[in-house]
Amino acid sequence: MRAFAELLDRLVLSPQRNAKIRLLADYFQTAPDPSRGYALAAIAGTLSLNTVKPAMIRDLLLERMDAVLFQYSYDYVGDLAETVSLVWEPPAGTVASDIPLGEAIERLQMTGRADARSVVRDMLDHLDTSARFAFLKLVTGGLRIGVSAKLAKQALAEMGGKDVAEIETLWHGLSPPYLPLFGWLSGEAEKPALSTPAVFHSVMLANPVGEGDLDALDPRDFAAEWKWDGIRVQLANIGGARRLYSRSGDEISGAFPDVLEAADFTGVIDGELLVGGTTRTNRATRNFADLQQRLNRKTVSHKLLEAYPAFIRAYDILFSAEDDVRPQGFVARRAMLADLVEHASPQHFDLSPLVPFSSWDELDRLRADPPDPVIEGIMLKRLDSPYTPGRVKGPWFKWKRAPFNIDAVLMYAQRGHGKRSSYYSDYTFGVWTTVDGKEALVPVGKAYFGFTDAELEVLDRFVRDNTTERFGPVRAVRAEPDFGFVVEVAFEGINRSTRHKSGVAMRFPRIARLRQDKLPRDADRLETLQAMIEAREGT
Amino acid sequence: MKPDALLYPAPKGLYCQIGDFYIDPVQPVERALITHGHSDHARAGHGQVLATRETLDIMRIRYGEGFCGTTQAVELGERLTLNGVEVGFHPAGHVLGSAQISVRANGTRIVVSGDYKRRRDPTCAGFEPVACDVFITEATFGLPVFHHPDDRAETRKLLTSLAQFPERTHVVGAYALGKAQRVIALLREAGYHEPIFIHGALQRLCDYYQSQGIDLGELRPATLAADEKQDFRGTVVVGPPAAFADRWSRRFADPIAIFASGWMLIRQRAKQRGVELPLVISDHCDWAELTATITEIAPGEVWVTHGREEALVRWCELQGIAARPLHLVGYDDEGE
Repeated sequence: MRAFAELLDRLVLSPQRNAKIRLLADYFQTAPDPSRGYALAAIAGTLSLNTVKPAMIRDLLLERMDAVLFQYSYDYVGDLAETVSLVWEPPAGTVASDIPLGEAIERLQMTGRADARSVVRDMLDHLDTSARFAFLKLVTGGLRIGVSAKLAKQALAEMGGKDVAEIETLWHGLSPPYLPLFGWLSGEAEKPALSTPAVFHSVMLANPVGEGDLDALDPRDFAAEWKWDGIRVQLANIGGARRLYSRSGDEISGAFPDVLEAADFTGVIDGELLVGGTTRTNRATRNFADLQQRLNRKTVSHKLLEAYPAFIRAYDILFSAEDDVRPQGFVARRAMLADLVEHASPQHFDLSPLVPFSSWDELDRLRADPPDPVIEGIMLKRLDSPYTPGRVKGPWFKWKRAPFNIDAVLMYAQRGHGKRSSYYSDYTFGVWTTVDGKEALVPVGKAYFGFTDAELEVLDRFVRDNTTERFGPVRAVRAEPDFGFVVEVAFEGINRSTRHKSGVAMRFPRIARLRQDKLPRDADRLETLQAMIEAREGT
Repeated sequence: MKPDALLYPAPKGLYCQIGDFYIDPVQPVERALITHGHSDHARAGHGQVLATRETLDIMRIRYGEGFCGTTQAVELGERLTLNGVEVGFHPAGHVLGSAQISVRANGTRIVVSGDYKRRRDPTCAGFEPVACDVFITEATFGLPVFHHPDDRAETRKLLTSLAQFPERTHVVGAYALGKAQRVIALLREAGYHEPIFIHGALQRLCDYYQSQGIDLGELRPATLAADEKQDFRGTVVVGPPAAFADRWSRRFADPIAIFASGWMLIRQRAKQRGVELPLVISDHCDWAELTATITEIAPGEVWVTHGREEALVRWCELQGIAARPLHLVGYDDEGE
């Protein structure tokens, strides 16, 4: 457990993706079975464990400790698992030993409700501080270490020198403690056989259209489609098994029983998951905020199913019946896809329409002014392109509609991480509104990219020279009508939010330009943002 | 006599009226006894200063030759009499030159611990318990949560990270007096013999430690000549914690932020400061050592100075030991 605990401690504090991957890969390389498999399960969220209530942990502690001293400690640390891991004192004479993670998990899995107390107490007595913390996080059911299943798979790929696509394909057929997987990755066993045919296949991704990218290309070689603002999914129905995957390979079947039930064809398709009505039922596609009501759920109520009906707008086909059609060209695949959708449930499937165009200029105009508010741009696909996993440059492009832009005032700055730890590089910006009859700035978002290194120097210098208050790593800066820093913020969308004081939430905000030519009084107002939301909602 | 008549907290610090001297005063006074060289305990501008030779040297390095009127060096273990009050200096194990100060008159003895620790430290003499009627203890880490891990295991974390991330600069924040030298000495003990790069603010104190026979190995300045392009990848750089938020740290290749401090035990503290690799290495006692020290010395009464007084006072109450907080102002426990 000690090695796993050290891994968690490092992961929590490492902001860099590559650093996390290396920490994970090194751990997977050196930790023994079955501990590493259970660690993988805990991180990827596939571990099932009878969890215990925080109140029980607290009770166990108070059997031994003065309540007043515990309260002082808890007030200081602020996290129950961490407090208990630190104040726990084993009875005199107990020798700390390193219980392997695998043994700890297996012991917990065999423990019934009745003896949970004594098992947990005994484990706490025998683990050291850091391992105690990891153990408490595991049994109370929340690691929260900022590592996704996707990242863990990337680390597995690095450890075994394999392609991550291979791991994603195998993933859903395997279960903790993943012995065959680690056997294969460490070169000691054959590749595990697929246990379900409805596995995830890595999706094909597009590159953004860059300056001059299209100049040398002939518009006649490409088809164009709208890029819809939902989530990219893969739906498989093969060998009697139906699965719905997100584009990173996470299974989301549980949240969309309506779509799965309707998928009565055999094959694997690629599309955009949306809510609202299909074009075939002549009802409107609803926006991303509505789709969010259905996301990140393990199960879904009837009420939600009715209020937010989900459907798939089909983009592509990977398997037609049981045939792998990925090597065929786009045109051939599109014909098969059209045929499949034609026979599928009209409420749950429609075909992403093609956008006719004859020149890049014409397409550019269409992109700037799309016919539906749920469109976020254009996709370009080479007519002869096979379906290739990953982000290969050339066959597919995405050409997003122009982002929204506002001028906002810099209000707070926070130091960055890693390479940027000596720079104030995370910025909170605000716009004007009227509060109790007076003009005031209200924060509307946070951005930490979009600027060049030279612009970062300018922003950093402004923050250091104009700090008005410090709150830990955060600095408030001067922001007055006639003195302050105006930045142009670009963002992809905007929604209502009850979590933010301003009542609005931006998607992907970034600093587009520094506007040293403007005074804060010239920055935008909250009403401008509210009007953007209303225009989007069509009210 | 009542202990309060021998030593009591006055606005300028702990005052002994009979002997007419202060211990670690926070404002300039006629005669000051100084426990150790950290700047919140050892301030410039006093008339006469009594301290160990090392503490006087450290004050001279930090404040310059004229840091006080006159000085008197006191050996550890030595006793002297000031206006009829017997005063003794005893090792505190905190940093080089650190001492506890005992004060005795009319059969009552009070020991002022200053800052202290009980663990082995390759850079200074270890703490010696002194029997007394009143033990005045610090409580920097006076909460049951603080259990400092083994410093050698913490040092190994740094070496592991160097092997794991050889392309990154390992930038260690450590308090300039004591902690920086201890971290360097621990690295040397653990078998790390590469040159270690240090921030300019550490240079003179490290030189001084080396002159006192504490081997810190090869140290080089972490500075660049104007035309130099070195980016320190794969090296260990040590500097005062404040320097890492500073532009100074921009010269380093993909720095990994490390901080050596007892506070690093609390994850949120590490996270807040943007520390990627916390090293829990402290020059103070942890909770177990504070309570064990009180039990060992078995004083009639415990007075608690700076830190988390309330928890330690509560613990003393539960043990049936008379205790009270002193509420001294001016000591900074965050610098650890």
